Amino acid sequence: MADAAILRPEPVFTPDSAFFWEGAARGELLIKQCGACLRYWHPPRPMCPACNATRMVPARMSGFGTVYSWAMPIHPFPHGFSAPPIVVLVDLDEGPRIVSNLVGVDPRNVQNGLRVHVEFEPAQGGRSVPVFRPLGAAP
Amino acid sequence: MTRAAIVGIGQTEFSKASGRSELQLAAEAVLAALDDAGLTAADVDGLITFTLDGSDEVGVTRCLGIPDLKYTSRIPQGGAASVASIFHAMSAVMAGVCDVVVVWRAMNERSQFRFGQPIARGNIPAGGGSSFMEWCLPFGAQSPASWEALTAQAYMHRYGATNEDFGLVSVLLRKHAATNPQAWFYGKPITLEDHQASRWIVAPSLRLLDCCQESDGGVAVVIAREDRARDLKQTPVTIHGAVTTLPFNHEIISDYYHGHDLAQLPMAQRVAARLKDLTGMSPPDTQVAMIYDNFTPQILMQLEAYGYCGHGEAKDYIRDGNLELDGSSPLSPNGGHIGEGYIHGMNLITEGVRQARGTAANQVANVKTVFLASGVAGAIIGAG
Ligand SMILES: [Zn+2]
Repeated sequence: MADAAILRPEPVFTPDSAFFWEGAARGELLIKQCGACLRYWHPPRPMCPACNATRMVPARMSGFGTVYSWAMPIHPFPHGFSAPPIVVLVDLDEGPRIVSNLVGVDPRNVQNGLRVHVEFEPAQGGRSVPVFRPLGAAP
Repeated sequence: MTRAAIVGIGQTEFSKASGRSELQLAAEAVLAALDDAGLTAADVDGLITFTLDGSDEVGVTRCLGIPDLKYTSRIPQGGAASVASIFHAMSAVMAGVCDVVVVWRAMNERSQFRFGQPIARGNIPAGGGSSFMEWCLPFGAQSPASWEALTAQAYMHRYGATNEDFGLVSVLLRKHAATNPQAWFYGKPITLEDHQASRWIVAPSLRLLDCCQESDGGVAVVIAREDRARDLKQTPVTIHGAVTTLPFNHEIISDYYHGHDLAQLPMAQRVAARLKDLTGMSPPDTQVAMIYDNFTPQILMQLEAYGYCGHGEAKDYIRDGNLELDGSSPLSPNGGHIGEGYIHGMNLITEGVRQARGTAANQVANVKTVFLASGVAGAIIGAG
């Protein structure tokens, strides 16, 4: 990917989600954890729905997860990709579910339940996004 | 207690290029609905539309000449606002705030702003009720079909449903549309082979013929106090009950966070339970099912959630003919969004009213009650 033009759309920053993309730029997968009851929540929010604490602390995830479901948008072709991306819901080992991409796998071999690990790909605007590669797949 | 009834329905033609503004579509639909009811602009004291509507209360009052409103409101959550708007109109009437409320939705959704086109980057609208702008776009999930597909594939995996099973819905709704002169696909039925030959929109769950149409058009519905309704032009269609729900962690379409199992729809299960509490009726007790069809898998999932069949059984329930016009629960006899047109749920409500009145193109026999559903909202209506 190093020489290819970076086309992936730049993520939208909000006051409550900026930490996620700032973490991605440093190669860290961060999820907000309640500072009081230690539960993880995604999408992020400024108050813990379990205990209503407002001290929500970005916590680094292990990066391991499991593919819950997948989809390959083909038509109309999505902006910013040179081949149809494999979009996945990944259930992180710590619990939260996030939308991401699966890389390093033939679409015919995608399966629910695939074990994956995070890595990062560049996006427009000098940003990065977390994507996932099956465990054991060549980088 | 004062009850509310649907006393008028109106619509423009459904097309791919209306050739006029969304406000004009709105005004024409509202006027047609008032004419249908035998009311005039001076009778209207409430107006409701969707947060997403491109026309507004000021524009509609200026066009119709409505002298004074006591109540205006805008309903969120995309097309789920359709049946929810009936709930809100009913509530305004039952609370004694309004006598006559008009709900409208008008859109040049094919010629002006196509929902189906991918968006690379959008502003996050206040009150958007969904997180796809933030969490889906950078990953290439940039259209409603791609957001829906992550849920649809989970359903396929959970219950062994196939894209061919989804195709059964498309074939059925195109069959209904084929004999509805108002439908865009009037006279154009399809086969399961046609469905399977249509191109992938999002593999492995959604083909072109699993998606609703993109349409231009306007629809309006008039809701009035029951005592007022009895003196009007049409047989009133009483709202026996209408409910909405917003379960924890639910969001519209990119609805991935409500629980581990996305193959079930907790919001729709709650809608059915609340309607049962309110009316003593469950959706399968009604004679017609007007269920929101943005994408075919949503019909299977909603059938299960509303109690028409058990979890994972919808494919067999459909194959057994239950949704045919002469089946146990005919589905959208107008052809739904897939066959008739896509006016964001509102043309399903007008068809439900026609079925209750006994005036539909594909009239189901002996209709006493009709179920209207748009995911987070549901209603049971019936003539008299
Ligand atoms: Zn907490």
